[in-house]
Amino acid sequence: MSDAERSIILRTEGLTKHYGGVRALEGADFELRAGEHVAIVGDNGAGKSTFVRQITGVERPTGGKIFFDGSEVEFDSPIAAREQGIETVFQNLALADDLDVPSNLFLGREERYFNLGPFSILNERLMLRRAREALTSTAVKIPNLKNKIRNMSGGQRQCVAISRAATFASKLIIMDEPTAALGVQETAQVENIIRTLKARGIPLILISHNLRQVFDLVDRIWVFRRGQIVGAVDKDKTHGNEIVAMITGVKQGSDEPEAAFV
Amino acid sequence: MTEATIDAVKEVPTAERTHRYWPGEVNVLIGLVVICLVFELLGWIQPIWRSDIAAQSFLLNPTRLSIIVGQVSITGIIAVGVTQVIITGGIDLSSGSVVGAAAMIAMSFAQSSTYARAVYPHLTDLPIVMPAVIAVICGALAGFVNGALVAYTKVPSFIATLGMMVTARGVANWYTRGQPISFPTNGYTVFGSGLHPVLIFLAIAVLFQLVLRYTLYGRHTYAIGSNEQAARVSGINVERHLLLVYTIAGALAGVAALVLTSKNLTAQAGMGLMYELDAIAMAVIGGVSLSGGRGSIFGTVLGALIFGVITSGFTFLGIDAYYQQMIKGAIIVVAVVQDVYRQRLRGRA
Repeated sequence: MSDAERSIILRTEGLTKHYGGVRALEGADFELRAGEHVAIVGDNGAGKSTFVRQITGVERPTGGKIFFDGSEVEFDSPIAAREQGIETVFQNLALADDLDVPSNLFLGREERYFNLGPFSILNERLMLRRAREALTSTAVKIPNLKNKIRNMSGGQRQCVAISRAATFASKLIIMDEPTAALGVQETAQVENIIRTLKARGIPLILISHNLRQVFDLVDRIWVFRRGQIVGAVDKDKTHGNEIVAMITGVKQGSDEPEAAFV
Repeated sequence: MTEATIDAVKEVPTAERTHRYWPGEVNVLIGLVVICLVFELLGWIQPIWRSDIAAQSFLLNPTRLSIIVGQVSITGIIAVGVTQVIITGGIDLSSGSVVGAAAMIAMSFAQSSTYARAVYPHLTDLPIVMPAVIAVICGALAGFVNGALVAYTKVPSFIATLGMMVTARGVANWYTRGQPISFPTNGYTVFGSGLHPVLIFLAIAVLFQLVLRYTLYGRHTYAIGSNEQAARVSGINVERHLLLVYTIAGALAGVAALVLTSKNLTAQAGMGLMYELDAIAMAVIGGVSLSGGRGSIFGTVLGALIFGVITSGFTFLGIDAYYQQMIKGAIIVVAVVQDVYRQRLRGRA
């Protein structure tokens, strides 16, 4: 099998997260292969975002193991995850509104001429050039890179956030509802960036409510329901109705009989 | 096909967006020029209502210009530090009291030993470097405590620095039980004599304008002020950075204390009273947004000049000091309203 030969980038075993008595995530066994783009779908409260928060170090899981790039990891902060090559595009964007595009792309890892601690002088020319390259490689066009993020449209902001992730992610990108707040054209632009990532072979986990988008972009779809993974299907071997049936619990993994009649 | 969509996205914003490249400082500069011209005009026509005064120029008077800068230079030094705190989204109410405390402590190391030598002949004057360094250290220490409270205990900066404001004033009074300290050594007067306060103010302003604009420190200061959460997830050590910003603001209050005592040749516990509010007002007039993330030292310097020009202009026109305060207050409110209004414009887009 060619699939089995391809190395697994991310794997979780029995990943569990309880918030007090609430079982937000229960025994999630997930895997992601190198170069693979997968989607996580599910209803509100199905555990999608909880899952992402565990694997990006935003929260510590209650139980279970995470294997990343061949070894078991425990991320105690998003920065720890980032240092391992995982970049996340958060729902709230995490951009500094009053800074321009290069400053945001390089926030927290600025290029400097020489190291004087906090008073290191920034190498703005290099950052501007590399920002331009980064945006070119993700096919993002922003008219004036020196413009502040505050003055940009939602689509442009999202493109900057995604470009930042794409520029620095060496091993994995996670996007939490990247197009939820965008218009049609802007969504198309973000989807184009995701396609360039596929071409570059960077694995992606996409959380989306938009099944059309999911079928357009990813190889494999993981369905979450009520804190559990109810299944993973290859895009080519399924269709929208089956996914919807899994999301709503009509098909497979439904342990509550009443759910079958929803 | 992809080209078309991308271009479509690009088209929308550019037209309405051009005027926004206009930096906030330009508005402040225009304000400064307009205020100067108004005083200039009034200067030429004031004999109409004041028989004792001849028509004269407001601006073409080097003495007046140096007084204008001179009287704002000490609060201006404080404002440079306060500006940085405000850019991180905080506020520093303690700087005036810190000036008082640092002034007392520094001055005690600058006293001339001429009289004391009558009793203790072996005494010598301390080199002026001592009080200078001590003033800065005292200020930095107070700023460090402010920063530690804000960064690590998450106390709102308003409350933390309010506490320091009261405490530092207490220290200033306690240090000599309210007695003033006078008679500094001859060398000590160097910091406050002639145009030296102005030069110190301008040097500090230029230095920090460059630091904020071109260094990692500046970039992170703006980043924290515009989106602290983003700064945090981007790997910036927000706590350590805030500690540094407040410490620098405190150290600059120490410098202001040094210049002030050197200029007045005395230190009193009440020194620097309300300076923090003048400094905050200068920053706000200069376009530094109280919600953080926006503004510059250059703007604050312009704000300080507006402050100085108005004070000097009112005196020039013989307007009562009471009216001066009222009008200054109104100007501060107008500056903040303007900032809020601009933010609302942006929010709508």
